[in-house]
Amino acid sequence: MKLDRISYLTLGFVLGVALVLALLNQMTALGSALHVPTYVLALAGKYLCFAMLALAVDLVWGFAGILSLGHAAFFALGGYAMGMYLMRQIGTRGVYGNPNLPDFMVFLGWKELPWYWYGFDWFGFAMLMAVVVPGLLAAVFGWLAFRSRVTGVYLSIITQALTYALLLAFFRNDMGFGGNNGMTDFKDILGFNVQADSTRSALLVISALLLCGQFLLARFVVASRFGKMLIAVRDTESRTRFLGYRPESYKLVVWVLSAVMAGIGGALYVPQVGIINPSEFAPGNSIEAVIWVAVGGRGTLVGAILGAILVNFGKTWFTGALPEVWLYALGAMFIFVTLFLPRGVMGLFRARTSKEPEPEAPEVAAAHEVTG
Amino acid sequence: MIERDTLLYLDGVTVSFDGFRALNALSLRLNEGEMRAVIGPNGAGKTTMMDVITGKTRPDSGQVVFGKDTDLTKLDEPKIASLGIGRKFQKPTVFEPHTVWDNLLLALAGDRSPRFSLFARETAAEKRQIESILETTRLTDQRYRRSADLSHGQKQWLEIGMLLAQEPQLLLVDEPVAGMTDAETEQTAVLLREINQTRSVVVVEHDMAFVRALGVKVTVLHEGSVLSEGSIDFVSDDPKVIEVYLGR
Repeated sequence: MKLDRISYLTLGFVLGVALVLALLNQMTALGSALHVPTYVLALAGKYLCFAMLALAVDLVWGFAGILSLGHAAFFALGGYAMGMYLMRQIGTRGVYGNPNLPDFMVFLGWKELPWYWYGFDWFGFAMLMAVVVPGLLAAVFGWLAFRSRVTGVYLSIITQALTYALLLAFFRNDMGFGGNNGMTDFKDILGFNVQADSTRSALLVISALLLCGQFLLARFVVASRFGKMLIAVRDTESRTRFLGYRPESYKLVVWVLSAVMAGIGGALYVPQVGIINPSEFAPGNSIEAVIWVAVGGRGTLVGAILGAILVNFGKTWFTGALPEVWLYALGAMFIFVTLFLPRGVMGLFRARTSKEPEPEAPEVAAAHEVTG
Repeated sequence: MIERDTLLYLDGVTVSFDGFRALNALSLRLNEGEMRAVIGPNGAGKTTMMDVITGKTRPDSGQVVFGKDTDLTKLDEPKIASLGIGRKFQKPTVFEPHTVWDNLLLALAGDRSPRFSLFARETAAEKRQIESILETTRLTDQRYRRSADLSHGQKQWLEIGMLLAQEPQLLLVDEPVAGMTDAETEQTAVLLREINQTRSVVVVEHDMAFVRALGVKVTVLHEGSVLSEGSIDFVSDDPKVIEVYLGR
């Protein structure tokens, strides 16, 4: 697998900024001009987790043509798995001091832990669930949808319905996931204080590493023969059947992989923002993720990462400076990108940097030399 | 003449869409190694016939038997394709963002599972096969071009090349020369005859000059059934055919 210059730059940027922020936070004194406050680490970590979600969306939308308007559901499920682990770590330090039950269960008058909370006090199990639960849900959903040849806008609508249904379900107190309030007030992760500067620095760097890992994995997938087939499925699905391919199984594989990637993003998101509640399932979140990808450049992977970081950076700035304008700005940006930058920020970048009339040709030629 | 084995046998195939009979008790027999031209006016059921053979449309009644005893009406498109039936569409449908080379690579016969394709590397045998198909379809110079940038005729050939890469026993070719220049049409006839040396071919075509150039047995369809069958001279002198084509 060969990476292009933009990929190297992006990987370097993500890792470099994360490391510099973490080091400046750890190595400088509180009053120093170079000191990076902890809230900045949390913000940067949040952007990187969103970038994982965007990468997951781009993988299915950009390469397999599945416009998911419910991808934040997988992100939130990963987040809930991490949230459950963090709740179990609180132990007797909760308001009610109950060693066996999280506060909200004591409040509801529950006497014992529901069976589906078993095992979540063990980090390894919780992290396994952060990928297994989104993956399993995606597998069942995808198997039903793709096998029935549901595509296009119909598929988008049912993905939206999926996340909305989960939103309503997680709102219910008797689901046992904290209802409306969700889970918060976390204390420890693997024995380290979640609020501590050092833990925040470590989480940021881990997020950067996992994002880069996900990017490399996604690159491997789209550069493989599998990825070429995905693009073929995206553009002319019925034609692939007459070549003997089963497009539904290709879509299912990439769909499940994408859900797992989103779940990992969600699991890292929760300790850094300190809360998980049903609003993460809100349909608007999934739509925003699609906008990040569109802004960055659909079908480029790098664009998804840049788009997520750029738009969320803008969101942080706007909601601080001009809170009432943000939604208009987001809408205007989406319209602007759709009209004038159909290939997103990446399209702009590619047009400016590449001198060759046909960027594919030398790359393919090189690929043939390498594999030969 | 030696009696050859039957490769494809349609028996009393009927397909209706909302009461309209696209195929009406159509029966047709194709021998192994044969090339057959299928002609007929618009709405005669040519494309529906291809849809039935390739599993896109299920017939209301009738049998479609491939080889010795495979009933195609029970199978779906990927299964039928992997049995060795390739199809070229009327409008050339190639994978436009991919290069000519990659289009052929994806079409090559082999394991179609996602697991295999994730880790597949191009083998020397695959390269040789692609090179030879490029030569047959006269696309060697275009191998690294994006297929979207090919001319209409080149796209048609690429799609025929993709069919060859599938190594089918039977090729179904829908209007291969529509929109081609005279020179391209001529070359396509040569190409199809070359292909027919090793495989059976069914060509659906409007262009009578092209059908004549192929010089094979012709089946005339009309309103979903066979109107006439025989050499091109025989069918074009058939009063029933003249009536359908010229009207009264």
